Amino acid sequence: MNRELYGKLVFELSRPGRRGYRLPDNHIGEVHTEGGQQPPVIADALLRQQPLRLPQCDELTVVRHYNNMSTNNFGVDTGFYPLGSCTMKYNPKINEEMASHEAFVNVHPAAPDNAVQGNLELYYTLQRSLSEIGGMAEFTLNPFAGAHGELTGLMVIRAYHDARGDKARRKIIVPDSAHGTNPASAAVAGLEVVEVKSRPDGTVDVDDLRPLLDETVAGMMMTNPNTLGIFEKDIPEIARLVHEAGGLMYYDGANLNPMLGIARPGDMGFDVMHINLHKTFSTPHGGGGPGSGPVGVRAGLEKFLPNPRVVKIENADGTMGYRLEMGADALGSISATLGNFAVQARALSYIMSLGSEGLMDVGPLATLNANYVKECLKDDYLLPVEGVCKHEFVFDGLRDKSEHITTLNVAKRLLDHGYHAPTIYFPLLFHESLMIEPTETESKETLDEFIAVMHDIAREARETPDVVRNAPHNTPITHPDDTAAALNPVVTFDALEQTEE
Amino acid sequence: MIRFSESHEYVRVEGDFGFIGISDYAQKQLGNVVYVDMPEVGDELEKGEDFGAIESVKAASDLISPVSGEVVEINEALEENPRLVNQDAMANWIVKVKLADMSELDDLMNQDDYESFCKNG
Amino acid sequence: MHRYFPHTPQDIASMLDKCGVSDLRGLYSDVPEELMLTAPYALPQEMSEKEVRDRFGAFAAKNRKIDVCFAGGGFYDHYVPAAAVSLIGRSEFLTAYTPYQPEISQGTLQYIFEYQTMMCRLTGMDISNASMYDGATATAEAMMMAVAAAKKRRRILVSATLGDAVRRVVDTYARYHGITVDTIEAEDGVMSVAALERMLEAYADVAGVIVAQPNRYGIIEDFTGVADMVHARKALLIMNCIAADLAALRTPGEWGADIACGDAQSLGIPLSFGGPYLGYLCARKALMRKMPGRIVGATTDDRGRRCFVLTLQAREQHIRRDKATSNICSNQGLMTLYVAIYMSLLGADGLKEIAYRGHQCAAYLFESLMAAGGCRLKYPGQPFLNEFLMEFDCDVDLLMERSIEAGILPGIRMDGNCLLMAATEMQTREDVDCLVEIYKSVCEN
Repeated sequence: MNRELYGKLVFELSRPGRRGYRLPDNHIGEVHTEGGQQPPVIADALLRQQPLRLPQCDELTVVRHYNNMSTNNFGVDTGFYPLGSCTMKYNPKINEEMASHEAFVNVHPAAPDNAVQGNLELYYTLQRSLSEIGGMAEFTLNPFAGAHGELTGLMVIRAYHDARGDKARRKIIVPDSAHGTNPASAAVAGLEVVEVKSRPDGTVDVDDLRPLLDETVAGMMMTNPNTLGIFEKDIPEIARLVHEAGGLMYYDGANLNPMLGIARPGDMGFDVMHINLHKTFSTPHGGGGPGSGPVGVRAGLEKFLPNPRVVKIENADGTMGYRLEMGADALGSISATLGNFAVQARALSYIMSLGSEGLMDVGPLATLNANYVKECLKDDYLLPVEGVCKHEFVFDGLRDKSEHITTLNVAKRLLDHGYHAPTIYFPLLFHESLMIEPTETESKETLDEFIAVMHDIAREARETPDVVRNAPHNTPITHPDDTAAALNPVVTFDALEQTEE
Repeated sequence: MIRFSESHEYVRVEGDFGFIGISDYAQKQLGNVVYVDMPEVGDELEKGEDFGAIESVKAASDLISPVSGEVVEINEALEENPRLVNQDAMANWIVKVKLADMSELDDLMNQDDYESFCKNG
Repeated sequence: MHRYFPHTPQDIASMLDKCGVSDLRGLYSDVPEELMLTAPYALPQEMSEKEVRDRFGAFAAKNRKIDVCFAGGGFYDHYVPAAAVSLIGRSEFLTAYTPYQPEISQGTLQYIFEYQTMMCRLTGMDISNASMYDGATATAEAMMMAVAAAKKRRRILVSATLGDAVRRVVDTYARYHGITVDTIEAEDGVMSVAALERMLEAYADVAGVIVAQPNRYGIIEDFTGVADMVHARKALLIMNCIAADLAALRTPGEWGADIACGDAQSLGIPLSFGGPYLGYLCARKALMRKMPGRIVGATTDDRGRRCFVLTLQAREQHIRRDKATSNICSNQGLMTLYVAIYMSLLGADGLKEIAYRGHQCAAYLFESLMAAGGCRLKYPGQPFLNEFLMEFDCDVDLLMERSIEAGILPGIRMDGNCLLMAATEMQTREDVDCLVEIYKSVCEN
């Protein structure tokens, strides 16, 4: 990463008269067909009144601009990215090549089924692969992201209860350790959130759960392993209790990675789940998107999945084919299309590249890496929950807090050393949460170097605390003023120019 | 007369009216306030229900009304400069309400009780 | 070990030793035995890159080859600059996460700020987010935003001329979120303003009104007086627009809308069979705090350098939980980058030229079909930019089939023996002539 700030905006590179494009000649010109009828005239009042102002740049200016900009960014290909709960694993290059296959890139989403059998087969193949991995009956790949998958899954749960005429079920139980997206998705789906308490080790307190289970419960949302990276070993009991009360179990796939090769959510008793293809199945995060959040359901719930669905059919000639269907019992539609097809293609490429045996190793190696880092660092960092973790773990800041060095300070100091920071101040169970997820694609050498740096920072925190307290020192920018940004939001270049005047 | 709730709002009573804001303790916990989401004049507040929110850079807290009543005025100065809450939380009330039920005040804490509540909390 | 895993047997042994367990399964002693998988997944074996390529090639071979696309319906076959494709492949952009650490994410933050600026200029709005998945969900979010802003009013009026696919998504979100949606009827292919007026008078709880431009038939609607009518009822006017068309058409800002939303695929994003695309959501400044999703703001650092951060985060799901305006976490980073690069290369002249070429080619297609006879505009006299709904006397299914055989997708099949036909800068006179010849041959059948 370039540690000098590039910082220019494209608007500042614009010069009147420059252009960065040429359109193809369509050979139409002003010709009109003989005897033809001209289209209706567009009245001036329907046309744009103010001139459009956009940059005027030649191609090289644009290319250098964005290239230079990219050098101030840190990605997985730049260095170790132990961002807890985000599963920042390596994104294999072959996936990019497959997603940009010419035969897929130019396909219009409204093309008739018989023209896009290949695309539909790809969708169906991934759908079946995820069903096998999740232990579910069927998946929809339509949801565009993890949060979108959660919303879709919760709608499945509501549609299920509604179809049975059980309309009083509006409560969804969510552990207090859950990510904020869970309650937010529930609220969008029209469900009322009820929090269940965690035990000191972060697992669901079954005794606190029991009294919450009544005839108004629609279901329960969980990650497993949970936010602290601890496996919820009471899951069979929890699922039994929720099912007995008439609710459904929802598996938030945010933490699926360590379970690959070990156990399947369907077998744990979950009825509905989503998978973040951009976490577990290695599609690139793209600076925050696009992602993909397929939703799977157990047998009996398939009909509630959103429209359109891709179904396998037998053609008149006996061959197999695929067709889009709009089901009458479906929860509705949550997308105009079949979702982020190019992201789905990447995930399928990854599953094929790993193969069955490779997939079996993902979970154990991710868990090994996490436990190794945890064991090597727990002398200097406070480990609130002892024992074996899964793909990630949480420290409650430094052990030695005498110099009041915070988790934020440690995180910023890591940036100086060429690492992305772990997830900080989440989960909310501890004051100084520092959440580390190394993923299975990092080598022992990378982990050892990181461990050494974390030890150095702990030493600095004791010996030269100001170095840590005032970090970062060595990044393209240092200590941006968040408060000013939030007090007086300046969100466009035009607003920025006004404030600079 | 001034009374406090466990969710750290205060109500300063002047005649039939109450001025509701957040306590000095609460503003310190929250840090630099960047936005106060206020109700509109004419809205009815219910004791124990949220009537808005107060935001710092990376946190947000619901405003829970300590009393019931109709909003007769909002502190417009906070729209321009929300940091007034940090400068003097007690002087910079958020809404003025016409108190609906004076007996609701009995459930709230006085200054001394509130201070010890914060110390023990 | 697989090529993606760096662990040697020695590494694994020494790491397990440090963890105090004897084998990898020992790390899962807390998982009940009956849940443990006993056999590998029933999936194919590991493949080399060549085998993956072959397998994908086999999928591709099952698609029919379509070189010319007259289908639109909100998604269009536009010119995709090579520089845009190349630049978004840079791994610093591609493999980064949401820019939580601004010190090492100025690249992402900066291009989002550029994108926000360009979208505001295009729509005539003050603010833009960078977070919507596609145009349909962006419209649903706009609806929820209007309801959040209106506090207790929970009714949304939707023009019957909003596209079907978008409407289905809006209806689904509304049903689960407890919002009532009513349809404003159409007359001659455009929203009836009189019907809107009647509904605004009939209902006291309208939070917002959603209209479409160009609409589901490609028609450019006239919204004169609509914004005032909606604002008189303290409701918000939401305009769903095809992004690229706003280079030529009166903008939502100029119509007096409060929220502009829709799909930005038309700004140079490849068709990719439906995604990833990008939803845009822009609004007037007064709605800033109700805006869902990520927003980037400018600030300065401790050495006075201009820089960018995620701002207004306190609105968002990770802080507000069930009180958040939306559950959106994404910021559609890479797609906003695509659009920012596209608009930087094309500039205002390029976008206007594209709108002009689309209109020119659509006009030529329309004239040619009219000259051939046996067809007509479904809604005659209504102006269109680059897309129109044509009603045919011939067998439209046969026209579809024959055209696809020739590598041409002639449009989108619609009810009533109609085709929704669109043109862009990508189709030529020869393409149109070819389609018209096929049409003539179908007529002779």
